[in-house]
Amino acid sequence: MQFMLLFSRQGKLRLQKWYVPLSDKEKKKITRELVQTVLARKPKMCSFLEWRDLKIVYKRYASLYFCCAIEDQDNELITLEIIHRYVELLDKYFGSVCELDIIFNFEKAYFILDEFLLGGEVQETSKKNVLKAIEQADLLQENSPSIVLNYCR
Amino acid sequence: MKECMVRLIYCEMLGYDASFGYIHAIKLAQQGNLLEKRVGYLAVSLFLHENHELLLLLVNTVVKDLQSTNLVEVCMALTIVSQIFPREMIPAVLPLIEDKLQHSKEIIRRKAVLALYKFHLIAPNQVQHIHIKFRKALCDRDVGVMAASLHIYFRMIKENSSGYKDLTGSFVTILKQVVGGKLPVDFNYHSVPAPWIQIQLLRILGLLGKDDQRTSELMYDVLDESLRRAELNHNVTYAILFECVHTVYSIYPKSELLEKAAKCIGKFVLSPKINLKYLGLKALTYVIQQDPTLALQHQMTIIECLDHPDPIIKRETLELLYRITNAQNITVIVQKMLEYLHQSKEEYIIVNLVGKIADILVLNTVDTYAPDNAWFIQTMNAVFSVGGDVMHPDIPNNFMRLLAEGFDDETEDQQLRLYAVQSYLTLLDVENVFYPQKFLQVMSWVLGEYYYLLDKDTPEEVLTKLYKLLMNDSVSSETKAWLIAAVTKLTSQAHSSNIVERLIQEFTISLDTCMRQHAFELKHLRENVELMKSLLPVDKSCEDMVVDASLSFLDGFVAEELSQGAAPYKPHHQRQEEKLSQEKVLNFEPYGLSFSSSGFTGRQSPAGISLGSDISGNSAETGMKETNSLKLEGIKKLWGKEGYLPKKEGKTGDETEALPVPQESIIMENVDQAVTKKDQCQVLTQSKEEKEKQLLASSLFVGLGSESTINLLGKADTVSHKFRRKPKVKETKSGETTSAHSMTCSYFSSSSNATYEDDYYLDALQDRGDKELNKFSLNSELLDSESLTELPSVEKLSNCKLSSSPSLFTDNNMEGFHPSQSTAPSVAPETSLASSLLEETSEHMHSELVEVCHNETISVSSYKIWKDDCLFIVWSVSNKSGLELKSANLEIAPAENFKLLRYEPASSSHSPACVLSLALSLSCQINKYIKSLKKKKDQPGTKKNKQNRASGLKMELKPPHGHPQADSGCRRCRHHHQEEGHDPEEPEQLRKLFIGGLSFETTDIL
Repeated sequence: MQFMLLFSRQGKLRLQKWYVPLSDKEKKKITRELVQTVLARKPKMCSFLEWRDLKIVYKRYASLYFCCAIEDQDNELITLEIIHRYVELLDKYFGSVCELDIIFNFEKAYFILDEFLLGGEVQETSKKNVLKAIEQADLLQENSPSIVLNYCR
Repeated sequence: MKECMVRLIYCEMLGYDASFGYIHAIKLAQQGNLLEKRVGYLAVSLFLHENHELLLLLVNTVVKDLQSTNLVEVCMALTIVSQIFPREMIPAVLPLIEDKLQHSKEIIRRKAVLALYKFHLIAPNQVQHIHIKFRKALCDRDVGVMAASLHIYFRMIKENSSGYKDLTGSFVTILKQVVGGKLPVDFNYHSVPAPWIQIQLLRILGLLGKDDQRTSELMYDVLDESLRRAELNHNVTYAILFECVHTVYSIYPKSELLEKAAKCIGKFVLSPKINLKYLGLKALTYVIQQDPTLALQHQMTIIECLDHPDPIIKRETLELLYRITNAQNITVIVQKMLEYLHQSKEEYIIVNLVGKIADILVLNTVDTYAPDNAWFIQTMNAVFSVGGDVMHPDIPNNFMRLLAEGFDDETEDQQLRLYAVQSYLTLLDVENVFYPQKFLQVMSWVLGEYYYLLDKDTPEEVLTKLYKLLMNDSVSSETKAWLIAAVTKLTSQAHSSNIVERLIQEFTISLDTCMRQHAFELKHLRENVELMKSLLPVDKSCEDMVVDASLSFLDGFVAEELSQGAAPYKPHHQRQEEKLSQEKVLNFEPYGLSFSSSGFTGRQSPAGISLGSDISGNSAETGMKETNSLKLEGIKKLWGKEGYLPKKEGKTGDETEALPVPQESIIMENVDQAVTKKDQCQVLTQSKEEKEKQLLASSLFVGLGSESTINLLGKADTVSHKFRRKPKVKETKSGETTSAHSMTCSYFSSSSNATYEDDYYLDALQDRGDKELNKFSLNSELLDSESLTELPSVEKLSNCKLSSSPSLFTDNNMEGFHPSQSTAPSVAPETSLASSLLEETSEHMHSELVEVCHNETISVSSYKIWKDDCLFIVWSVSNKSGLELKSANLEIAPAENFKLLRYEPASSSHSPACVLSLALSLSCQINKYIKSLKKKKDQPGTKKNKQNRASGLKMELKPPHGHPQADSGCRRCRHHHQEEGHDPEEPEQLRKLFIGGLSFETTDIL
């Protein structure tokens, strides 16, 4: 996977994760173009796009668009399921997730994403394991470091 | 601080510059407590990229955290390493990460593996020594670690699949376990066991099994299992199915699996869900080269997709069509592509599509499908005007080369060029249209080179147009150089022209030095008409230019100058040294500058200047010529109106061969007519719209795959049946309209007008043998699967024919030569038999062709083909003399071991190289044969076969996409009649479909 973008129906970027090194200028250009193209598409159209030499897989959940860029030989359908699994994870974590959750806790959304996808590849396919890892790290937020150390052992 | 950092990330996402905070992110990761560290690492991973200089500051932090006893810290460090890490610092952390592979926590092991994967991506040679540890990770008891290691293996196998063949077994076992649901339930996704792992494994297997039969055999079972298990109607199962299909088609083919995979593709294509449809098209595009019949099955769906409102679907469909382009459907496909081209705005798409069209038209030199000149030029015009400025520079170059070199046929070439000239003149007539620069360049070149073809006295008219363009400000200076080159060429043909005068005046004071140069050259050339004519000959753009690089023609001049006391020439570096030594005293100038200026002033060589004025007289043209002569080879022969030479022969051969069948089978057809009529009624009742689509379909899928599999609307049986019968009726009843038919007819009328066939046969005789047969055996698997469906009808047909000439089998006479008076009626059964034999032969071992005996008139050669249970000996008798042979006796000793059932000499031997051939097949027990080498044992049902070369050439059909098919002649004949013939009422478009069957390539089988 080359990158992942989350943006709202208004075209506001909500989350971006790049797995390939690109300059800020390029990133902005790509984001702008993609947001435009994806928003222009009608709901009944196919969720895959050919864009430059990349395949874009996108899916809309409520007012949020999830958009992944993969290489040509990658499997589009499973990428769609990656998006779905990510949404499931968010949902489970936040408890029926909505756009606002992601806006106000976007760093948490990033943490979840990092546990699920690492370096552009699926890291852990088990939902339980991902959430366990997140919870473990989250305990830091509430407890003092010493307790966390005990927990981890 | 932590809050600030979060806000900074948000600002950065909104598009503001947050670079001032990068260093703080690193500090936070370094110094903060655990909470802050986490945010700091996150900010770093979002802000920085691999090559960012600040990243170096992070290395120490990472090393520290990796050594920490706190699991969470280690996790964070590993996470950041797997996302971004400077390549040159890998050695610093590598040993630490290696240690983590043995960590007791699976999450650490997993992240360590992924970190190593990252290292493998950015610096593969640094992790080479730990490959052995990857194997351990693959066998890890935790599924997550194993899955992570698959990423590495996928990457490594992609780079070098041969090194990991030994792991195939392990991958297959893992996949079996996954598919069998042996993994923990956690890994299920919508009750599908670990789909991500399955897909990754399937991709790995696909890479491993590519072109490798032995490895592929290991995975057939598990692939079958996966195909079977993935039944659920959910996206994830489709994702797995798609990957399975992909793998099945990547690895060494197995017919059952291919069949199942084809069914799966059908599921995709026919699915109402648009995503699945897209994937179906993608899969079709992938498999189309291997199995074009699949596209035929789904042609109606493809047609629908072509008009789909979603441009993505449309584009994928075009991609698919691009792969199946052939001589019959090129016009339709290119038209569709151009339509799409006109609609699309995005530059990337345009470049891509223009490249493809041009590829079909020009670059694809192996088979050129363009049907006629006008269409070709017009299509190229359309391509140039839409994509002119963005297209690959090869395209106009190739186009011009093609015009210059032409095809085999000189008059055709001239017509093509003439047409190009005319069409460009009309295009230039249109006012206020701006053509892309590249298009103008092509135009000016063509006009300059080939205007003379118009046979007008003076090129005044075209000069006016070129002049107008030259005066146009929107034309780039590069294009102007092309234009003036064209003017120069035209001037050499014109006697005198005011426009040229004006042009010279205009441009000798031009600010553009290049243009001024051209104008001066033109001016001087005009003063010396003879020189100009020799310099710019008409229609010589293909000739090689001889450039005297040593400039020997100037030797005299140099000698003369020297004798008059001129300084001898010094090479550049020598002059440089001298100059430097002179200036040694005090050098104010920077060295670099003095270098260039002195080089210029010190230039004494007379050669440089005179050469410049002579040769660069027309620099653009010269350039062209040089590139032409460079790339000459390999083009002329391939690009011809008729396509490949062997192909052409194939066509004619097929037609002639195909002919005799209807005669034999008229009776059958009468019976079949009833069926045909019924089918026709069905067709008539179809709605008009449907019909239109069918027309489109038929024009698109023309010439694809083996003929009888052409189905419309998936009504496989009835419709194809209809196609099968109708043509025969027509062929025997009505006169032929198409050229193909007239050919067959002409053959029909006289069975001896076979001169070209004879020529062909001679050729074929020479180069037949191993090469072709090898080719057949390669494809035998494919053929088998295809011919399966055909067999029953084949048998039926041949049986019928056999009954009409019973002597074929009843004759047991040992030397039974039964010259037949008229070959035509008997050819059909003969060929059918022969070909059924040949179909068999193609799959088996065979020896080389050996000449057995010969005298001045006849030579006999033979070769053997070993089959599982019998031996075939194929004899070919060729007539070396120009005389007509009434009969020939072939005696084979020891005679009692052979049964020769019948032999008929060809009645036609008018041509000097008339060739008769006799194919005898003797089926013996091969094992016996090997033991005794005496061919003692004859099977009672000895088959015999005869091929009458001169009249019914034995040929091999190949569909145009290049899959040789050892098709049975009988089938072939039948196809022919299906394809060629058509009901007169049938719409013209549909007819194309049938004609498509004729474009088969023939190869000699004997």
